[in-house]
Amino acid sequence: MRQITLRELQDVIRECAGEDESAQSLVDAANEPFDQLGYDSLALLETQARVRRDYGVDFSEADLSDIATPQEFLDFVNNLLMAAA
Amino acid sequence: MSAAVVTGIGVAVPNGMGKDDFWAAALRGESAIRTVQRFDVSSYPSKLAGEIAGFEPTDHLNGRLIPQTDRMTQVALAASDWALADAGVEPDTYDTTEMGVATSGASGGLEYGQRELDNLWGAGPDHVSVYMSFAWFYAVNSGQISIRHGMRGPAGVLVSDQAGGLDAVAQARRNIRKGTRLFLTGGVDSSFCPYGWVSRMSAGDVSTSEDPATAYLPFDERARGHVPGEGGAILVVEDADTARARGARPYGEIAGYGASCDAAAKHGGAPGLRRAIETALADAGAAPGDIGVVFADGSGSRADDRIEAEAIAGVFGPGAVPVTVPKTMTGRMNSGGAPADLAYALMSLREGVIPPTINVRTLAPGYEIDLVIGEPRPWQPGAALVLARGKGGFNSAMVLRAIA
Repeated sequence: MRQITLRELQDVIRECAGEDESAQSLVDAANEPFDQLGYDSLALLETQARVRRDYGVDFSEADLSDIATPQEFLDFVNNLLMAAA
Repeated sequence: MSAAVVTGIGVAVPNGMGKDDFWAAALRGESAIRTVQRFDVSSYPSKLAGEIAGFEPTDHLNGRLIPQTDRMTQVALAASDWALADAGVEPDTYDTTEMGVATSGASGGLEYGQRELDNLWGAGPDHVSVYMSFAWFYAVNSGQISIRHGMRGPAGVLVSDQAGGLDAVAQARRNIRKGTRLFLTGGVDSSFCPYGWVSRMSAGDVSTSEDPATAYLPFDERARGHVPGEGGAILVVEDADTARARGARPYGEIAGYGASCDAAAKHGGAPGLRRAIETALADAGAAPGDIGVVFADGSGSRADDRIEAEAIAGVFGPGAVPVTVPKTMTGRMNSGGAPADLAYALMSLREGVIPPTINVRTLAPGYEIDLVIGEPRPWQPGAALVLARGKGGFNSAMVLRAIA
């Protein structure tokens, strides 16, 4: 069963929202809120669209409102992947 | 009511990035016109442009901004930084609502837009970037400049092709008069992609010459259209009292502005350019004899050149005022062209020298203007007039005056 890792999420989000050399690695900041990490709602929307497309998970823009941190994003997507398996 | 003065210049044009390079290149008469490099132009009838070479967005912007910005916005943001640095302004020492942004836009971010349209039709709706929602948009330069510098006062965009570059600065002056302390204004355009290129060609008058030395010859007897350029300028405009209080040294005052619109050809009527010039002079309280140089729109198409030459000679008298078109070195930068001309004019006021028009040799018969050809010309700075005309009949004129 396919799962998304924190490192993969980091790659996706960097590709979607751009690299910031000075920014903290997601791997070290899994429980930091996205806004503290410099990712706004559009960055998350772009990431959500990409993960939905590339991982084939059915989640919507509305689901993002309950997701505040990289870990929560990961858990949400992996639960969907597990449920679908 | 305090005057609106320009205290900072951020300029990005094909032959010079930043105030010092751009001015030195202008005085050298250095052309940046060559075959388009940014995309394969070989199958198009028009092949020459003034391109900004060597602009690396990551040298100027945080990586987070790159996926959400078109090239025109990336260049505009760099120019806005340079303008503030030149003015010695630190935005965080102002209340955010005391600062506004007004830019011009002629086409929006077409390179970005084309890429996302490719994604839409080539790969499907899921492949279109969410940033497409604003990255292509006319107002995006104003929006991104506003966000970057924390400027939450009046903001807007003026869309009137090449004339918009003056209309935006006039809008900034209007808001300064209403009490906003500081404005970033001007415009930067770029659309060197197939979509942008064919849009320009369908608008007409793009030169099909492949010789950079003769492709864009405004007012010349050999005139055959213009060469597109990319770039423009962002200026810091403040009310004179604020500028004085912080010890700034203004380049000049935005003393007068006039705009008019030509009637559609089927209705006939006189061209509106002269009316725009006379309105701007009246607004400045200036007589024709007060103007020491005219930065012409310099369309490069014969019909428009004639109208402009007649308007200038009609207002000022035959050959009575030096006229120049530094855009002969850069190409016409759409809504960025007039802000760049304002930068040339402001530097002329400060330095006492008029940058030349290059490549032009012999004026077409009947054009009674004193074109500054080939070499810079010294002058006694007093006041300068900048003209800009846009497709669709837009005419704008702005008077800049030296600070006494």
